[in-house]
Amino acid sequence: MADASPVLAINGLTVRLPRGSDRPHAVEDLTFSVGAGEIVCVVGESGSGKSVTAQTVMGLLPRELSIGAGEIRLEGEDVAKATPARLRDLRGTRMAMIFQEPMTALNPVMTLGDQIAEVLEIHTDLSEADRRQRVLQVMRSVHLPEPERLIDVYPHQISGGQRQRIMIAAALVLDPALLIADEPTTALDVTTQAQILKLIRELQERRGTGVLFITHDFGVVADIAHRVVVMQSGRVVEIGARDEILRRPQSPYTRMLISSVPSLKPPVRTPNAGVVALATERLSKTYGGRSLIFRSGRVVRAAENVDIVVRRGETVGIVGESGSGKTTVARCIARLIEPTSGVIRIGDVDVARLPESRLRAHRKHVQIVFQDPYRSLNPRRTVGASIIEGPVNFGMREDEARSRARELMRLVGLGPEVLSRYPHQFSGGQRQRIAIARALAMEPQVLIADEPVSALDVSVQAQVLKLLDSVRQRFDLAVLFITHDLRVAAQVCDRIAVMQQGLVVEEGPTADVFRAPRHPYTRALFEAAPGRLAEFGAPADAA
Amino acid sequence: MSVEALPAEIAEVAPAARRPGTLRIVLRNPSVLIGATIVAFLAIVGVVAPWLGTIDPAEINPVFRNKKPGVERTIRGDDGKETAFVHRFGTDSLGRDVYSRVVYGARVSLIIGVTVAVLSVAVGLTIGLIAGYIRWLDGIIMRVMDGLMAIPAILLAMGVVSLSRAGLLAVVIAIVIPEIPRVVRLVRAIVLSIREEPYVEAAITVGTPTPLLLVRHVLPNTIAPLIVQGTFICGSAILIEAILSFLGIGIPPETPTWGNIMAEGRSLFRIHPHNIFYPGVCLAFAVLAINMLGDGLRDTLDPRFAKRV
Repeated sequence: MADASPVLAINGLTVRLPRGSDRPHAVEDLTFSVGAGEIVCVVGESGSGKSVTAQTVMGLLPRELSIGAGEIRLEGEDVAKATPARLRDLRGTRMAMIFQEPMTALNPVMTLGDQIAEVLEIHTDLSEADRRQRVLQVMRSVHLPEPERLIDVYPHQISGGQRQRIMIAAALVLDPALLIADEPTTALDVTTQAQILKLIRELQERRGTGVLFITHDFGVVADIAHRVVVMQSGRVVEIGARDEILRRPQSPYTRMLISSVPSLKPPVRTPNAGVVALATERLSKTYGGRSLIFRSGRVVRAAENVDIVVRRGETVGIVGESGSGKTTVARCIARLIEPTSGVIRIGDVDVARLPESRLRAHRKHVQIVFQDPYRSLNPRRTVGASIIEGPVNFGMREDEARSRARELMRLVGLGPEVLSRYPHQFSGGQRQRIAIARALAMEPQVLIADEPVSALDVSVQAQVLKLLDSVRQRFDLAVLFITHDLRVAAQVCDRIAVMQQGLVVEEGPTADVFRAPRHPYTRALFEAAPGRLAEFGAPADAA
Repeated sequence: MSVEALPAEIAEVAPAARRPGTLRIVLRNPSVLIGATIVAFLAIVGVVAPWLGTIDPAEINPVFRNKKPGVERTIRGDDGKETAFVHRFGTDSLGRDVYSRVVYGARVSLIIGVTVAVLSVAVGLTIGLIAGYIRWLDGIIMRVMDGLMAIPAILLAMGVVSLSRAGLLAVVIAIVIPEIPRVVRLVRAIVLSIREEPYVEAAITVGTPTPLLLVRHVLPNTIAPLIVQGTFICGSAILIEAILSFLGIGIPPETPTWGNIMAEGRSLFRIHPHNIFYPGVCLAFAVLAINMLGDGLRDTLDPRFAKRV
């Protein structure tokens, strides 16, 4: 599809890593092109070199990395050999970049208008009044509401999605030939993500911009890409048109990646009639309000009247966007925070009001697996020490706890010899296995999994989900699964509860909710799911 | 039902990488090396003071008052033998040997510096851990600390010293009290950020009792910043002791400390500058070396300053 003169042509690009790294090159012998009006998605797992590619094109490589060989032609000009001054000229005018984190990509002490106008100030000699006109115009083109008001406000006053729109406006104000988007929607909620993807597609069609879109999400690829470049460990594995790659992937690696993407179609499940292990009744958590000294401030109802029942051997999902209160519910149940009102029944005991001294005995029944495997293990303690900590707290002898830890390590697919290692020696997926082992060491009845696979690559994600499922069966666990990812929820959960702004708006068996969502918010959520119309490879449950 | 075996490549764990020890990384820093060398030199000087050609630093000799450096006199020993003695740094207005007093002064200065650093870090750490972890005590403790910080350190020290008999212990306490709030604030800030870490929350869910939780999971994170802070406290304590002694409210004047020597030489400063010059130089070098050590430690130990690869 690439026409005669592509906007961007990368030819045999090699980027060297500093000595002592795990491999000699961040990117090796990379060749692909982006045509005018074309969206090329670069897909890969972490460490595949996709972000380094984007940085190299923009001339933003960290100092430790250097270009070893190859050329990068932007409209025919080799930017790999361009001087820093020339690169500065090109950035903003001929190529522009938007970043993953719209929070940090904007300067908090500059108004939105000034940040966009800065590009114009540097690269054009428009008068101040003209600049303002151009800024308003570009803000309108990215569909920001009330541009006349927003032009003078500061970044913290607008939402994440609006910030990303500002970033796009600033990138496109000078009509660059190439737009590089490095995971631009990863930090956004699904509904916002859908809007931003639509916006990028619309602008790119209208202006004929070539887009180099970096992502790890095959759903996004299915929605937006014309062509796809699959990367692994710095090398291109496969290049092809979107439908070719998604439907008929040639290389085994691509096939593995695509088959790891969970399907949005929930499998048939038999309803569980086991014993109720966890039940909340009208559980609420309110922040602010009552204060002894200050007049009551803003009251935030993080969770309101949440009723959730989880039976033994069952996985119940709480699905929602950021700020919906799903993590608040999880933390209340684990009693990491104190609920404002309501009942939390673990077995037959209401733990919502128990003081810490009496709570301790019940803590072992509820265990939690956290989202970020890099922070959930104490970096200064060995894996073994982390795992036996809980059982020893409850009076188990240390050698007994250790032999149990060895068993558990085998169970989660790591050798018993890793007990003497420190967390930094493990990958994210391995650490998540260790975190699961730590939770299991307590022999809990309820396992709370708070976004346990969100920080993991898609192939690792599938393995951890499989592990969670097998330990649920083996120990007859009640699993409360918190996630924002509908695909994961569809595959893992027997029942789901959809939360919005602290309220459970819909609850029911997963298959029913997915087939016929009743609440408008649930419907909006499903419609926003990236790649919902595309079906990837084989059904995800490979069993 | 058993858990199926996982692919071997996934279960494979990276080999245990040998990272160079913290001590070696720290010693690679030039300012740590220079600072530590000077501090070590002063410490050795203080310890072996009696064998460095000194005489009793408190011995008064009315005949040899206010002599310039390099003056020679004879000393009659107990057995009646006479030996020649050179006043390398001259003598003060009571005829005491300035060289001996400066060398012995290193003892007092370093003892005060180290004691103050250790005490204020220990007390501050305890209070800081409590303030950072027990929410309802936080407000009360921190307001008390704010109050302490509002009183000028020298004024507070003068108050403490005048309430008790002047002496080493009173001076140490006087310097420790105003340093404590700084340590408390530092520790509290670290605790507040660490207590949000998932691994601390994981420890709570496995039922770790609070005191054990603090010692095991929170405390280790404060050690590196406290070593750095402790070094700076050590430097400033030496300085404050010298100031207090110079003002005449510190260690009793017969005890040789750098501040006392300078205070003694103050009145004749224009005619006999050596009396202030030598202890002044020692004081400046000691504080400079300790601060260099602290800067270097901060660069290597504090994650906010440490170079990442």
